[in-house]
Amino acid sequence: MSENMNEIKSQSAEELKKKADATGAKALEILIEEEAEGVVAEFPNSGALLEAAEKIRNAGYKRFEVYSPFPIHGMDDAMGLKQSPLGFIVFAAGSIGCIGALLLQWWTSAVDYPVVYSGKPLFALPAFIPITFELTVILCGFTAVVGMFALNRMPRFYHPMFYSENFSKKAGDDGFFAAIFVWDEKFNVREVKQFFQNIGGKNIEIIHRPLEAELAQQN
Amino acid sequence: MSAENFKLTGESKFGVIALGVGVAGVAASVAGLFIDHKTFYFAYLVAFMFWMAIALGGLFFTLIHHLVGAEWSIVIRRIPETLASAIPMMAILFIPIVLGMHDLYEWSHEEAVAHDELLKHKSAWLNPMWFTIRAYIYFGIWTFIAWTLYKASLDQDGGKDVTEKMRSVSAPSMIVFALSITAAAFDWLMSLDPHWFSTIFGVYFFAGSWWTTLACVVLLSMYLRGKSKLGEVMTIEHYHDLGKLMFGFTVFWTYIAFSQFMLIWYGNIPEETIWYKHRWEHGWQYVSMFLFIGHFVLPFLVLIFRASKRSFTVMKIVASWFLLMEFVDLYWLIMPTFTIVNPDAHHGLHFSWQHLTTFVGIGGLFLWFVWNRLTSASIVPVGDPRIEASIHLKNA
Repeated sequence: MSENMNEIKSQSAEELKKKADATGAKALEILIEEEAEGVVAEFPNSGALLEAAEKIRNAGYKRFEVYSPFPIHGMDDAMGLKQSPLGFIVFAAGSIGCIGALLLQWWTSAVDYPVVYSGKPLFALPAFIPITFELTVILCGFTAVVGMFALNRMPRFYHPMFYSENFSKKAGDDGFFAAIFVWDEKFNVREVKQFFQNIGGKNIEIIHRPLEAELAQQN
Repeated sequence: MSAENFKLTGESKFGVIALGVGVAGVAASVAGLFIDHKTFYFAYLVAFMFWMAIALGGLFFTLIHHLVGAEWSIVIRRIPETLASAIPMMAILFIPIVLGMHDLYEWSHEEAVAHDELLKHKSAWLNPMWFTIRAYIYFGIWTFIAWTLYKASLDQDGGKDVTEKMRSVSAPSMIVFALSITAAAFDWLMSLDPHWFSTIFGVYFFAGSWWTTLACVVLLSMYLRGKSKLGEVMTIEHYHDLGKLMFGFTVFWTYIAFSQFMLIWYGNIPEETIWYKHRWEHGWQYVSMFLFIGHFVLPFLVLIFRASKRSFTVMKIVASWFLLMEFVDLYWLIMPTFTIVNPDAHHGLHFSWQHLTTFVGIGGLFLWFVWNRLTSASIVPVGDPRIEASIHLKNA
């Protein structure tokens, strides 16, 4: 908390008050708008969320995300996501597993410690296939899981969405959310709020740190 | 959505042509029977098993569809259902195999059994009477399951709520199906070489059967798209999913085929290895290699790419290739045993014009039957409560 406090030191209570007087708005609201990390809106169901995603993409936003308790078919297209590179990464890993397993068995059985088992050749390909298969599959499997997490930048301990109480309550249950984040080039708090209203978003919320508490402390 | 909408609209002579080709094929096959009955029965068995595999795969498709409550495959469900509905006709087409038992199966020769301890041992199971009864028990089971589900599906078109019924029929049916297809593969194919045995053989036949049916569904649906409104509800997404299954079961077939091979190769027991020995000499080694490349390597390399599964052209070519490879597979399973009952014959490939005549003969009748059923009902099971979700399928 103390670190956050330092961050908003530039916005001293006096300054805020001055601004608030000048604009006739509350100091907290100004602070929230300035420190916003994104705007989130709730949609009634998966179909509405799908439509919303398409509208957000068409409006030119790039850094946005949608959240639903279950996968929605067609969401990738609606969001304009490109094909994931995961398949190619997994294929590469699988190839390494395949070749690696063959080399390992060839080296151990035919080169480094050649022993004839039950009259089979030293490099007994049929007998090596199971290991080759398993190593291919296991590398594919691990790479798919680890790669999926890495490409999703997971696991992470912090995400601005966690500040929204409504989101935290419902995202894993029955809530369908769309959020546009501050790191989008087109991001503008008021415009995004208005935009979400236009496309039928409910419970529109600016995502921010618990500034109320910080402000109270400063005052 | 009404069933009338999804009846065939375009003119199609498919049924007439199929019947014509079928009858001509049967006539030529009958001629073949009189010219060279030994070759005829083997050629007939290959062709019969090919079309039987497609019908059984259709039955499996229907069962697994209901059992897992699949949504994506609802729009194409009528096609495998209809393929399976042809099983009673295959029961009639099985009669020549019963009649030709003596030309196909060594264990049906009394004098051979009398001098052979192992065959004597197996004769409780492998004898002509029990073989025939068993075959018709299988046909009875399959017909019962296939037609129960097919009729329920037609009732559903009329608005009857049968979703639960179809699922509860499918669960026990799947167990019965697994056991019966295994036994049928043992009886009809594995017993061609009655000294040899492989417990995985039934799964091997099943793997190829279901693999081929997927290809058959792809090809039939592509034809039907032009002749009905199927094209409006069956999109590239459905072909993508079929493609995934085709890819998956390419690997599955290979896994099973290799499992069978590796244990026998490793155990190195003559009575088991002889089966592969027969398929690795007198030109058969080229068929074996071709089978490995054509049934696994090529489909694997083509279907691994997403773009292939999402291309009508590629899917059409791959599906046609699948049908060819299933024929090669069955040819490779059956034909090397020709010399077991014909010890004086040469050990080579034995490719005869009779393979063609029996293939189009059975195939023509099979497709004629299937086509008649397809045209008599809606091409799409419009009564399924989840049909909308199936139409709007999207692959992530």
